[in-house]
Amino acid sequence: MSILVNKKSRVIVQGITGSEGTFHTAQMIEYGTKVVGGVTPGKGGQDYNGKGESIFKKPVPIFNTVKEAVEKTLADVSIIFVPPQAAADAILESIDAGIKLIVTITEGVPTRDMIKVNSALKQSNARLIGPNCPGIITPGECKIGIMPGFIHKQGTVGVVSRSGTLTYEAVKQITDMGLGQSTCIGIGGDPIIGTQFLDVIKLFNEDPDTEAIMMIGEIGGNAEETAADFIKKNVNKPVIGFIAGRTAPPGRRMGHAGAIISGGKGTAAEKIKALQEAGIYVVESPAHIGITVANALKSKKPKIKKTKKTVTTKVATLKKTK
Amino acid sequence: MKIHEYQAKELLKKFNVPVLFSKVVFGADEAGKVAYEDFMQKGINTVVVKAQVHAGGRGKGIMHNTETNEQVQLFDKPLRGVNVIHGNNIADKVYQIASNMLNNKLVTIQTGTAGSVVRRILLEEGVGIAKEFYAGIVLDRQTGKNTIMCSTEGGVEIEKVAEETPEKILKEQVEPSLGLQGYQARRLGFGLGLSGEPFKNFLSFIKNLYKAYESLDCSLLEINPLVLTEDGKIIALDAKMNFDDNALFRHPDYLDLRDTHEESPLEVEASKFDLNYIKLDGNVGCMVNGAGLAMSTMDLIQLSGGNPANFLDVGGGANPDRIANAFRIMMSDPNVKAVLINIFGGIVRCDKVADGIVQALQSVDVHIPVIVRLDGTNAEEGAETLKKSGMKFKVAKNFEDAAKKVTEVVASVA
Repeated sequence: MSILVNKKSRVIVQGITGSEGTFHTAQMIEYGTKVVGGVTPGKGGQDYNGKGESIFKKPVPIFNTVKEAVEKTLADVSIIFVPPQAAADAILESIDAGIKLIVTITEGVPTRDMIKVNSALKQSNARLIGPNCPGIITPGECKIGIMPGFIHKQGTVGVVSRSGTLTYEAVKQITDMGLGQSTCIGIGGDPIIGTQFLDVIKLFNEDPDTEAIMMIGEIGGNAEETAADFIKKNVNKPVIGFIAGRTAPPGRRMGHAGAIISGGKGTAAEKIKALQEAGIYVVESPAHIGITVANALKSKKPKIKKTKKTVTTKVATLKKTK
Repeated sequence: MKIHEYQAKELLKKFNVPVLFSKVVFGADEAGKVAYEDFMQKGINTVVVKAQVHAGGRGKGIMHNTETNEQVQLFDKPLRGVNVIHGNNIADKVYQIASNMLNNKLVTIQTGTAGSVVRRILLEEGVGIAKEFYAGIVLDRQTGKNTIMCSTEGGVEIEKVAEETPEKILKEQVEPSLGLQGYQARRLGFGLGLSGEPFKNFLSFIKNLYKAYESLDCSLLEINPLVLTEDGKIIALDAKMNFDDNALFRHPDYLDLRDTHEESPLEVEASKFDLNYIKLDGNVGCMVNGAGLAMSTMDLIQLSGGNPANFLDVGGGANPDRIANAFRIMMSDPNVKAVLINIFGGIVRCDKVADGIVQALQSVDVHIPVIVRLDGTNAEEGAETLKKSGMKFKVAKNFEDAAKKVTEVVASVA
């Protein structure tokens, strides 16, 4: 029913005793995620119950090192909430301890640090999601991230996005159409991220329970184009695409470090063109994400030729029949 | 974060990247005095007067009067952003150029017609140039490695070279665990057609340049032109240096290098409150939580017939204080004729956000339509708070409804 994570995933939280770590650990446990341990160097040996308004349903054992946590808890996933100064070190520690999936929520990790991390990742079997991302959720099974759980619903649409709240928007629109999601992944908005669109789309493509793929991109870089090229050649499931930032001016960083049009490259127009050429259903207005997904699933046609026209007319017809 | 050429050159000197003798000045009298004492009296008879603004294209850019908007004429021709002075009376000419540059604006291909006001000038010794090259270092996002680019086509826009004659750009990717290797530097040097002493000089130049890029946490370092002088030296004639904002915590000294004159005043104000604000030219202001949703909201405004007045991300976890400040900043833009607030409550609760909006509106005078769309956690309670406040909000149910209301509002204010 999912990719990468499910109800069996055993999760540790790096930076669990910080305020962000505590708050979101409580939320994850509440959702049903198996949080088997936490890591805060110097606080190992105690059982942590949360603090303030965030009290855990059951205490979580704290360890000094990730290695020790993995040995004692058999954890296979780590989620990182440590400050940006220490984030690269935390990721490297997880790689070293043999963690398979590392989800890094931390925003503001320096590029120089991520270049090193990226190089270490390539020599390991670990997968990194993020940094600067909302995390990953398999609805009804586990939530390893900071997204609001209640907007999600178990289902067959795989969602992958570079954004946070825009992903929530998309997910809610999909849920409001009566549809659900297999897994939702926020890959993060930084220039260097561990998992790209392409990686996630390959996984969704192989997942028998994912029937359609929603890809939410934005200006900057060319990850959307690379993914579109793969989709054109290899994906037979319907893919729906949206690109944020068609009104963004060149040369300005739009919040995300990676969201910048530089040297005339990375524009929304270029990306939309690549998506259309790959037969992806392109969502024109961010208000029409849900309905476009519903139409794409209904049409059962994996790909389309005249994307723009087909979709807009369909939206119009559906509105009339409503 | 961007810095000026003279600041970049000061930093490069520390890494033994060769630059020419230069001095920055802030006034016309000072310019004349420095030209006399530090150049003429030391036997330097060519001085280059360079306007210091962050935008590129200064050499071809033309000075405009800040008030009349007319081109500034000096010595019977339009005054440019970079001027070479030699011969006698250097100090006097430098003084005249400086007094015509300072507080006037430089209009270049990158500044748009608004131009950039010149407040600092760099005086630099002249040099005999044999050849001009390009050298730049930037992150390749696809491979996650730093890439060094060199080209024989120096002094022109590198984007143009990349488009028209991509084969003239030499590239070397640096392996993070190994660093820049000797063979890579040699490949670049030979590729530029260098040999003998200039080749050796280039090798040490490029190694030091890369060291500077890495140590200083640059996101871009560009030397254009890089010159081979008539006596075989390799010198960075210009320098463009941008820093990775995420790494600023490692370099507290960079704060002194920030020139807030180069940023929009509203953006400077927003940065004080840690708000991500970018001013645009449109008429519909927007305030959103999250960068991706903020960009989509701008797009939605345009699709609804309006034009976004700004990008404004109040952060995933918006609190009332931030919202109040954000609102105040957005309202200080005189072009704003309507406002769309779009908050998707995830961790942040919509009722809290609504409290913040109501509080903010009590302290800020608002005479324009405000459309509020709250969705996600506690959205209904939030809508209730807005209704009870007695203020005239247009409450939108969802993104689609928000778009419709923007269209209506835009039509009414147009």
